[in-house]
Amino acid sequence: MSNLITAEELATTVKQKLSGQIKNTAVYKGQLTIEVDKSELRQICESLRDADEFQFEQLIDLCGVDYLTYGQDEWSTNEASGSGFERGRESLDFDKEPDSPRFAVVYHLLSVTLNQRIRIRVLVDAEDMMVPSVVDIWNGANWFEREAFDLFGILFEGHPDLRRILTDYGFIGHPFRKDFPVIGELEMRYDEEQKQCVYEPVSIEERILVPRVIR
Amino acid sequence: MAEIEHYTLNFGPQHPAAHGVLRMILEMDGETIERADPHVGLLHRGTEKLAEIKPYNQSIGYMDRLDYVSMMCNEHAYVLAIEKLLGIEAPKRAQYIRVMFSEITRILNHLMWLGAHGLDVGAMTMFLYCFRDREPLMDAYEAVSGTRMHATYFRPGGVYRDLPETMPQYEKSPWRNEKKLKELNANRQGSLLDFLQDFCDQFDSSVDEYESLLTENRIWKQRLVGIGVVSPERAFQLGLTGPMLRGSGVAWDLRKMQPYDVYAELDFDIPVGRNGDCYDRYLVRVEEMRQSNRIIKQCIEWLKNNEGPVIVDDHKVVPPTRADMKNDMESLIHHFKLFTEGYCVPEGEYYAAVEHPKGEFGIYLLSDGANKPYRVKIRAPGFAHLSAMNEMSKGHMLADVVAIIGTMDIVFGEIDR
Repeated sequence: MSNLITAEELATTVKQKLSGQIKNTAVYKGQLTIEVDKSELRQICESLRDADEFQFEQLIDLCGVDYLTYGQDEWSTNEASGSGFERGRESLDFDKEPDSPRFAVVYHLLSVTLNQRIRIRVLVDAEDMMVPSVVDIWNGANWFEREAFDLFGILFEGHPDLRRILTDYGFIGHPFRKDFPVIGELEMRYDEEQKQCVYEPVSIEERILVPRVIR
Repeated sequence: MAEIEHYTLNFGPQHPAAHGVLRMILEMDGETIERADPHVGLLHRGTEKLAEIKPYNQSIGYMDRLDYVSMMCNEHAYVLAIEKLLGIEAPKRAQYIRVMFSEITRILNHLMWLGAHGLDVGAMTMFLYCFRDREPLMDAYEAVSGTRMHATYFRPGGVYRDLPETMPQYEKSPWRNEKKLKELNANRQGSLLDFLQDFCDQFDSSVDEYESLLTENRIWKQRLVGIGVVSPERAFQLGLTGPMLRGSGVAWDLRKMQPYDVYAELDFDIPVGRNGDCYDRYLVRVEEMRQSNRIIKQCIEWLKNNEGPVIVDDHKVVPPTRADMKNDMESLIHHFKLFTEGYCVPEGEYYAAVEHPKGEFGIYLLSDGANKPYRVKIRAPGFAHLSAMNEMSKGHMLADVVAIIGTMDIVFGEIDR
């Protein structure tokens, strides 16, 4: 069965129907992405769900993205290689001023009626991490928003129960941010003398075998 | 008499019916569930973060370990996303092989689900029957990839290698006499396709066997009919996909609606339920096994009659053969570059979804043009299903919670990622 409408047609309808509310639309590899401002998000989501020409009745996915090191590579060929596993690898620059907001929340919607998908991107500034919650529009967003909060620290205004979900009880930090080390910050072991689990700073070193290269 | 308030009960994470590491805080009124709060994340390994520090191909193996009972379906979504961004398409034969193994995986997954669901509800025999039939399928996995579970067989651009012409044989040992040995090796005399053909021919009667044990079984029906009812509207709201959605009567299957690889050329039906309860979801999944069997038969037929390459001939993405690598300088360079650095994927984003045995499994891939993904988001069907736990179990008895966990087909590898 073929799609009832193409992504391009959907893009035209979206532009007509929601003109002025969306900042950007793009069709890439047959998938439509719209970029919206967070103040308009809830209104747009509601019309995407309820309007007859859209009927996106399902929120398939919601995730956070951290653009901190977007487009950076870590490969320097100026000098001869040193030693160890990470020869020639430069560390990424975490202090670089980003030219656009650092975070984004990406929503993937599915319309079963139209057999069509749409992607919504909301850019989130690191200074103001509050994004309106869509839990009352699609109830399934509950855990996805908790996950984005847990892993990226994005706050969802109006979420009924914004707790951590994937990380450990009492975890500190947001592990999927680009400046959070892959090896983590704390390690835990059982201490025989104290007869309890103790947390200590990690004792291992980060080891990345293949540098990040952009060609 | 003392007033008895609601009390809370801690279920898991070490409970045999919790399917791994599910911890649930149940707020109970007597034996009735008032509120269920699943605590997940006990198996969180940060797969998405790990994928960000590795070249694309090195993460295929991580995909197997997400939902570790439907390994190749996870790989399928991942390689489809990469292929789409690279702008390549697998050769026809590779697509048929991938579809065939995706369906083998679906049967593997549903057998595991049926066995465990039966066991949870009290049908011990099911577990043994299902594991008996999983065995030949795992042997097929092993014959093609060398491992029984974590295959890493699908690659961007096709599959790792063509189907083997011979099947491994059972060997003589002190506890197997000549006659038994001959019996065990009887269906392993031909190629892998012959072996699978033999499996497919008898699998429908195996499904009949399961159904004769369960479908009209009074206890089974008492435990499942009317339990965990979800209306289609609520299923959409809660983000349910796959058999959880079809059980509620929505005929939505990505293999039909948004076909990937060669699904559009194959003939199969989508079973749907009517009442949206655990029993209907059971019927849907059992019928899906029969349909998967149909698809596998069609794939075997096609693969037997059509030869061809199984991976694209582009050495910027796919490593050359070892023989070429030893004899040809250019192939050696390609080989070296691919295994030390990998390939760069053009800047862009793509969301690839497949009809995973549990629901819609998606990979959202964001690339900034590097040899490693910038962000991989894994959309796990079980995550959305488990978040519906509270709503589905409200008002049911404690024992029904186990039936509802069973019907969701929960595997923690994918939920916690």
